[in-house]
Amino acid sequence: MVNAHTFYAIAVMAIITALLRFLPFLIFKGKASTPPLVEKLGHLLPSAVIAMLVVYCMKEVDFTASASYLPALLASLLTGVLHAWKRNTLLSVISGTVCYMLLVQFVF
Amino acid sequence: MSRAARQAFIDTIPVLTGYLALGFGFGILLQASGFPVWLAPVMSITMYAGAMQYVAVGLLSSGASLLTVGLTTFLVNARHLFYGISLLDKFKNTGKRTLYMIFALTDETYSLLCRDNAEVSAKEKKTYYFFICFFDHCYWITGCTLGAVTGSLVSFNSQGIDFVLTALFITILIEQWQSMKKHFPALMGAAVTGASLALFGKENFMIPAMLVILLMLCLHKEKEDSHG
Repeated sequence: MVNAHTFYAIAVMAIITALLRFLPFLIFKGKASTPPLVEKLGHLLPSAVIAMLVVYCMKEVDFTASASYLPALLASLLTGVLHAWKRNTLLSVISGTVCYMLLVQFVF
Repeated sequence: MSRAARQAFIDTIPVLTGYLALGFGFGILLQASGFPVWLAPVMSITMYAGAMQYVAVGLLSSGASLLTVGLTTFLVNARHLFYGISLLDKFKNTGKRTLYMIFALTDETYSLLCRDNAEVSAKEKKTYYFFICFFDHCYWITGCTLGAVTGSLVSFNSQGIDFVLTALFITILIEQWQSMKKHFPALMGAAVTGASLALFGKENFMIPAMLVILLMLCLHKEKEDSHG
């Protein structure tokens, strides 16, 4: 599983992550205000990206086969409802994952 | 341990439980995807990014192109660009440690640094900030490694374990949804990604989706009262 590509990819991810953390200190050091576009993106980007990632996670789900989409749908609903209700990340994530694993292993 | 370090430890206890559990999940997922145990400490030390490490498992096992890997990292972690802006003052004059503290600036660490602690004297602040960064990083490395080791020792049917990533993102989405007055970004992000998936297929949909999302957000006009 581990080859040269694995190391290149980890290096790319590590460098870009570090760069994103360092850039504001390099760019905005000594400046009084941040450009409006940067502020707007800072406000809007996070929820757009998280919504994108939720869809990304569903890319293997086949929406024409109930054995594929029902476990994903039910476990997502459980995670979402539990989180909106209790707001406990660990509880929601563990319950949703266990529910999904039980459904794909024993029910469908 | 100095007083500042002790206080930093007490204040990071919530992160300790969270990072051990989420890191553990990452280690199990990494191991279940066929990667060796030592990749867990390597990734948690060098990348040190929660959600992105989960996404990385998928990218690594599918052999995604470096361009996709880079763009995905950029978008998933772009929020970090904005953390630094609000910490410019706090990180002034922290000396050589600053480099490490900026490197270790995760969501949870950022929130602890913003909250601060009035009990810590101005003189001890720098040490206090440093240990918050350092302890959180240690918890994450420990959690990730323990998960991978456990995954390699205990054999169980791990089919479906990758849902842990979906579940994590759903919880973040719900928290953001509740904190935002306008839901255009979330709805647009989901719609654009869904349309891109249908149009380009699961191998090629991420790059077009990310570019369109960025473009749409840049063009989007915010009303005066939309800051939620």
